[in-house]
Amino acid sequence: MIGLGHYLTVAAILFAIGMAGIFLNRKNIIVILMSIELMLLAVNINLVAFSQFWGDLTGQVFAFMVLTVAAAEAAVGLAILVSYFRNRGDIAVEDANLMKN
Amino acid sequence: MSMVETLSFAVPELFLVLAAMALLIFGVFTKESNTRQITLGSVLVLVAASLFVIFGPKEQGTSLFEGAFKVDGLSSFAKVVIFLSAAITILMSDRFLKGEQLGRFEYPVLILLAAFGMSLMVSATDLISLYMGIETQSLALYILAAFNRDSRRSTEAGLKYFVLGALSSCLLLYGASLVYGFAGATGFAEISKIATIDTPNAGLIVGLVFVICGLAFKVSAAPFHMWTPDVYEGAPTPVTAFFAAAPKFAAMVLFSRILISAFPNILDQWQPIIAIIAVASMVVGAFSAITQKNIKRLMAYSSISHMGYALIGLAALGIEGLTALLVYMSLYIIMTVGTFAAILQMRRRGGMSESIADLGGLCQTNMPLAIVMTILFLSLAGIPPMAGFWGKLYIFSAAVEADLLWLAIVGAVTSVVSAFYYLNVVKIIWFNEASKPFERDIGPFLGVTAIVAAFLMFPGLTIFINVLRQLSLTAAGALF
Repeated sequence: MIGLGHYLTVAAILFAIGMAGIFLNRKNIIVILMSIELMLLAVNINLVAFSQFWGDLTGQVFAFMVLTVAAAEAAVGLAILVSYFRNRGDIAVEDANLMKN
Repeated sequence: MSMVETLSFAVPELFLVLAAMALLIFGVFTKESNTRQITLGSVLVLVAASLFVIFGPKEQGTSLFEGAFKVDGLSSFAKVVIFLSAAITILMSDRFLKGEQLGRFEYPVLILLAAFGMSLMVSATDLISLYMGIETQSLALYILAAFNRDSRRSTEAGLKYFVLGALSSCLLLYGASLVYGFAGATGFAEISKIATIDTPNAGLIVGLVFVICGLAFKVSAAPFHMWTPDVYEGAPTPVTAFFAAAPKFAAMVLFSRILISAFPNILDQWQPIIAIIAVASMVVGAFSAITQKNIKRLMAYSSISHMGYALIGLAALGIEGLTALLVYMSLYIIMTVGTFAAILQMRRRGGMSESIADLGGLCQTNMPLAIVMTILFLSLAGIPPMAGFWGKLYIFSAAVEADLLWLAIVGAVTSVVSAFYYLNVVKIIWFNEASKPFERDIGPFLGVTAIVAAFLMFPGLTIFINVLRQLSLTAAGALF
């Protein structure tokens, strides 16, 4: 029987993978955007699982809000990335270091 | 409550968002030379929205939309501060944006949308509306940070802000999902009934910690401050001025509201976390600022340390602590907006200068600016008898009353350390050799803003502090 615990575990693993993707990746900023999406999806799994567990629709409404905002966020993020690319000619994470102490 | 009655409490927000859309459409359809009208229009909209808040329906503590949105003293106070500071920063930007060929009509519209998001944040009493408010604000702010899209530094700042802001939203959201899951509800009032000491609930506390981490990112408190210096330095200066003022206030009010109204019964779980975050911010802000050469970076570290002091007020709990926090944040906004109005006057032929060394001998080349900056920096340092000192005094006395003497001592020590770099700027202004003078043609508004801010910080204006304290006390009463 697959219960709440399994869903929460999957979500926690996805969230951790997303977090690791942001901090370990040194190559490409697109990968960071993908990691952020992964973390948001992990949150959605959590919300839907809890919603099912409680028999309460609030969690699913919340998940829809998160999906909508994730789409808007991806649009804004990619737009900023495009203008960054136009100025720099590459999107390597390591090279985003114009400002330093 | 009928629908019309419900909506009448949300008039400021509705007006703001409809006006923002109308101005956007106007801007798109009238192609040329409309920036000026839209800028003025946005300022009027913000002023009108704050008047709606002040003279709006007075039934305090009204919960709307099934408990997702609350109009009370705290939210009204915060909204007035947010709208007015947003209006002032729009006016301050005018001259800069023209000089940098950035005068596009989207700028004031984005600020309006961000202000709308912030007013949702300060009214949010539900995890869903909290998240929507934060995101509405953040999406507009990401674009504003990258507003100078032909500049490498501005786009880099926008990108960094976006990545770290999105990460912090994810942390907050993961925490919110756990809180929902273990409390079974998203409303703050329902959560506070479940989150009690008798039923310790590990999942709920893990969720709470994630939520605190996410919000600490938004107020740029250490150890989640790393985006602040880069974003402050890279973003166009008026945008930095805006970042330093209204969003900080909104996030701080949201922080207080969620902790005090959703988790009042497990405060022994979150109070130490807030105290540690406050100490870390004060220490990081004080020590990292010492070596800075760029004035915007200096202001970034200064804002980190000020957030630390404000968080002491939250850790001190109770109405005294929250009042001290509100007084401190209001004073901080006035000081920081005034300082940025002064920084925006650092213009020479060929562009803005941002280096602290360029302030050398300012007293010989531009006496009024030198005096104003001196007063503001002394106030930021919290040196008596400037207003910044009273802010710190309220914070520390609230901490002492709440048996957090050690926090007050750490705060006093770090404010001595940070006085070093503020006084260093004052020393450069008065005693270093004069560098080339700044342009005098700065338009009327920057000078007036800086002078008014400096005047309010000036000793002897205790009446202003008293009024501010009374207003904050009424506002803070809404949560207790």
